[in-house]
Amino acid sequence: MTLRLRTTTFVAAAALCAGLAPALAEPADAELVINDEVTIKTVAPAAEHLKGHLDTVYSGWLFREDETRAMEMDDFDNPNMVFAEQAMEVWSTPEGTENKSCADCHGAIEEGMMGVRAKMPKINAAGDLWSLENYVNDCRTNRMGAEAWKWNSQDMKNMTVAISVQSRGMPVAVEIDGPAQSHWEKGKEMYYTRYGQLELSCANCHEDNYGNFIRADHLSQGQVAGFPVYRLKDANIVSIHQRFVGCIRDTRAETFAAGSQEFIDLELYVASRGYGLDIEGAGVRP
Amino acid sequence: MNRHVLWMACAATTFAAGIACAETAPTEVQFDETGAVAQSLTGAPGNAEEGAKVASTRPLGNCVACHQVAALTADFQGNIAPALDGAADRWSEAQLRGIVVDAKHTFPESMMPGMYKTGPFIRPGDAYTGKAAPADLPPILTAAQVEDVVAFLMTLKD
Ligand code: HEC
Ligand code: HEC
Repeated sequence: MTLRLRTTTFVAAAALCAGLAPALAEPADAELVINDEVTIKTVAPAAEHLKGHLDTVYSGWLFREDETRAMEMDDFDNPNMVFAEQAMEVWSTPEGTENKSCADCHGAIEEGMMGVRAKMPKINAAGDLWSLENYVNDCRTNRMGAEAWKWNSQDMKNMTVAISVQSRGMPVAVEIDGPAQSHWEKGKEMYYTRYGQLELSCANCHEDNYGNFIRADHLSQGQVAGFPVYRLKDANIVSIHQRFVGCIRDTRAETFAAGSQEFIDLELYVASRGYGLDIEGAGVRP
Repeated sequence: MNRHVLWMACAATTFAAGIACAETAPTEVQFDETGAVAQSLTGAPGNAEEGAKVASTRPLGNCVACHQVAALTADFQGNIAPALDGAADRWSEAQLRGIVVDAKHTFPESMMPGMYKTGPFIRPGDAYTGKAAPADLPPILTAAQVEDVVAFLMTLKD
């Protein structure tokens, strides 16, 4: 803990000493290889739709300290994995009036959920845009006859981590045209809206100032390919929408609710800003 | 001290004459075409020492979130915005007041939040609670705090 703080002080102090005007503190020059096995793309040329906004996209992993980055490189050190294991048990436990488990319909999670996270959020059969959490609850309520999990409940977070691990190393693959396009447009509008009494948009911090420090925080591009992430400060998993709530709250704004259509739309747009990056399944943050 | 006396005098006048007093409300601030605000918001000089505190404190000005200021000991100073060292050499008091009140009159589209502004905002919140703002949302800084910060900025000379 002390060590981490010291390093941050050092970096901030170094920036001060050099007397730098907002020079871009570069993201780390490091490669993310998990368990010496899976190489994750954490840097990529920006998608066509980001032309004029970003040239290169970077995972938030690159903006963290050495020790935090190391935790994501080995599943024995990645605190997410304890929770993923709990979810694996739930995966094969029958529940609800139908007395069925996830495994009864989807088989082994490694096969049934492979690549699923990379496509989320995604248009469902009825034509609505849904996040991974919506799909999980749809199975629980309509196929198992079990109760829906709250968006940010431990059960839901554990399960979304376990499912995300099955897309590890696969490129972000959200669809943004066809029926998803209007949602994407709304998400984009939100991204550039200056919310709250501080009148700050996502872009003010994550597009115009990534690499810079806002007080002690080294700003990343606010990418979601690493999500859900384990946050050491909270000693728990943080969902994508939970992070959105935190960022909007920090602009002295009235936030939207986790699971709201607004945040599902925003999630689609933010995910599409990560085209070229790989799903990390699952990140670690300070 | 001065301010206190002034406020008392003001309160007395208001009481006696029933007229609004020296303190300028956020909606009444007069900017010139360059974004400067000539008139003190309180009618009294600010306190530079208090201003230094306001500039370093998170729920208040928290200027150091974005700016570096060598004169302040606050740790973790950000580097989003230009360093404020020598600000008084570059700007007049009126210009600095304008920037602190609402920098968007000086720098259109600026990322810098208006410190003495009550709207219009998109989805204003109740401080950092994430809940909707009350109808009478107060500005981030009081008029006196703005004057204190301006007094502090006026001490920043190279
Ligand atoms: C006032 C500055 C600010 C604004 C405005 C802001 N954020 Fe953030 N955001 C942060 C900080 C600080 C962090 C933590 C460090 C980092 O990863 O950038 C963060 C982190 C994130 C992360 C986690 C990234 C990771 O890899 O861990 C995401 C995702 C994110 N923000 C999305 C958003 C979105 C979407 C918006 C707009 C709705 C937004 N942010 C608005 C400051 C901001
Ligand atoms: C969220 C970021 C942010 C915060 C917080 C902030 N500022 Fe700024 N400020 C800026 C930016 C960015 C600029 C550069 C002007 C521009 O292009 O928008 C600026 C410009 C200035 C300038 C002119 C700089 C120069 O010398 O050219 C002054 C003076 C200033 N700010 C004072 C303050 C004070 C005092 C506070 C706190 C009460 C404060 N700022 C808080 C972002 C911020």
